[in-house]
Amino acid sequence: MASKLTLSNRAGWTFALPGFALIFTFIVLPFFFAIGLSLTNQRLLSPNPTQFVGLENYQQLLGLAVVTLEPERNDAGEMIRNAAGEIQYPRLRAITRSDDYPQYRGMREWFHWQSGENVMIVIASDVVFMKALVNTFLFVLVVAPVQGSLALMLALLINHKVKGINLFRTIYFMPVVVSIVVVSLLWRFIYDGQNGLLNSILQALTFGLFQPVDWLGSPSTALPAVMAMSIWQAVGFHMVIWLAGLQTISPTLYEAAAIEGASRWQTFRYVTWPGLRNTAVLVLVVITMQGFALFAQIDVMTNGGPLDSTQTLVFQAVERGYGKQDISGGSTISVILFAIVLAISLIQRWLTRER
Amino acid sequence: MAVNPDNYGLRLFVRYLVLCLIALIFIFPLVFMINSSFKPDSQLLADTSSLRAFLPVGDISLNNYFGAFRRAPVGLFVLNSVLVTGTTVLLSLLICSLAAFSFAFLRWKGRDVLLSIVIATLIIPFETIAIPLLLLVSKLPWIGLDGLHWGWLNTYRVQIVPWIADGLTIFLFVQYFKALPGELIEASRVEGANWWQVYYRVVMPLSGPVLATAAILKFLVMYNQYLWPLIVVQQESYRPVMVGLGYFFQLNVAWGEVMAYLTLITVPVLIFYLLLQRAFIASIASTGVKG
Repeated sequence: MASKLTLSNRAGWTFALPGFALIFTFIVLPFFFAIGLSLTNQRLLSPNPTQFVGLENYQQLLGLAVVTLEPERNDAGEMIRNAAGEIQYPRLRAITRSDDYPQYRGMREWFHWQSGENVMIVIASDVVFMKALVNTFLFVLVVAPVQGSLALMLALLINHKVKGINLFRTIYFMPVVVSIVVVSLLWRFIYDGQNGLLNSILQALTFGLFQPVDWLGSPSTALPAVMAMSIWQAVGFHMVIWLAGLQTISPTLYEAAAIEGASRWQTFRYVTWPGLRNTAVLVLVVITMQGFALFAQIDVMTNGGPLDSTQTLVFQAVERGYGKQDISGGSTISVILFAIVLAISLIQRWLTRER
Repeated sequence: MAVNPDNYGLRLFVRYLVLCLIALIFIFPLVFMINSSFKPDSQLLADTSSLRAFLPVGDISLNNYFGAFRRAPVGLFVLNSVLVTGTTVLLSLLICSLAAFSFAFLRWKGRDVLLSIVIATLIIPFETIAIPLLLLVSKLPWIGLDGLHWGWLNTYRVQIVPWIADGLTIFLFVQYFKALPGELIEASRVEGANWWQVYYRVVMPLSGPVLATAAILKFLVMYNQYLWPLIVVQQESYRPVMVGLGYFFQLNVAWGEVMAYLTLITVPVLIFYLLLQRAFIASIASTGVKG
């Protein structure tokens, strides 16, 4: 192929340029913009000129500290107790508003715990962001293994040549082609606390013993409910990717395993699973990337609530960058999000590398 | 080892039972949606406590559909979505296949660098560039029939142009082109065809499968767009179907009309999918080759 027939600088550039220019303008450029903007105080519309602020936006988001509150003592050094016998502590404000601790200024309580007679309080510059960060990680940590393995089970179930199997494959895949916005709205009905389908089904199954739950309305169930729906929606997508992987495994390997008298588990463990190694990496990476991008479900179902229990990074980035027109704040969250996604896909690739 | 026929039959029965139960899990929200779209609000809400939620029973009518059209410019939203989706899919097929043709068949200075940049964009989720992109498009120039404008917000082009080229589509085309026999290209060059003719007369006619894959993937992305039009289009005259949903959640929510609207924007896609399900599933499966 070293002939002059394929050598052409002019044609090569002409054909590639429109596509490359578009990718450069609308993907590469905004990506570097995000990094640049996160170091400024840029707003969408602002009468004031944009200023370089260094890492201030990152400090605003990531500032964390632990403070210890010691019990209030009287002059004799005894702990002061209130009428109910509870130990009295100074107010957190005494620290976060005090000139003695300028580094804690403006920070708010994220969570606390009791340590002996002291109270340890974790304070954060941006509690909502911290909650969004934790929720997003929780979402990925639960959804990636559960969705990945359920999808693999479905793929193994579907991979048998029985009559009508295509029909089932078509149905399992169906939620994937439906918009996540439509799906999220339908699931609001399923999760409803009063007339919800899920409560009705659970009550019917337990003969009325089950107490109805407002799935999206209580902080402890809202995020798990969003997780369950997200797993349901995209499991068919990953089933199809697993299926494609299964079909690359040579049938002769299965015949050999059958001749050797391998059990079903042994066949899976020593033939199927090793053959799915690359597919497994892909499925994990894709689910992780989709998980970190969690937005539409939150926007349609919970708006980040109740009590910030379903805040996510992208939801926060949009709320700030678009809702509050704080482009630099939204960009900073985007950059943090990208750094996390990149780190995790590198770790996943490294963990599952060929040894 | 004789197979026990009873045992075999039983196992087959259990297998189908499991398959059917799982199918119910995947299909019940859609059945609920379609049936509810024909019911008045009071009945819709009452029915959710029983199996009637999944049956077209009771006071069945098309009233919700008429109501949906009265409440919101449904036709306009559908038209916007079809226009944006259709244009983007067509332009994407042309521009991405041209670029991939160049990457796969031609040799030129800078090719490998450009291709690695294109591939590298695969790890950038759209959500991480949405906010800076919003700022960028709010300041871009545009030369229209009536002169120069600044800012792309509230237009069709802001929904189309950024989505035309993407790393995955170009990558899928490159993979496919590289598997085509190279002699074919050489032969037509020897016969004196120029590069455009090779692309148009030789390569494109052989590219049916990858064109279908790229078109379906782009179609799904574009028709289901939500975050992007939500932040760049505030004017109703340019809004697509998913963002148009907001209309149904102002003041008191009429759930029957919501269901009618959801059915209206979802069922055409479902029919499309059912007709072409093999191509849909093959297109998702082919994204797996990047692993």
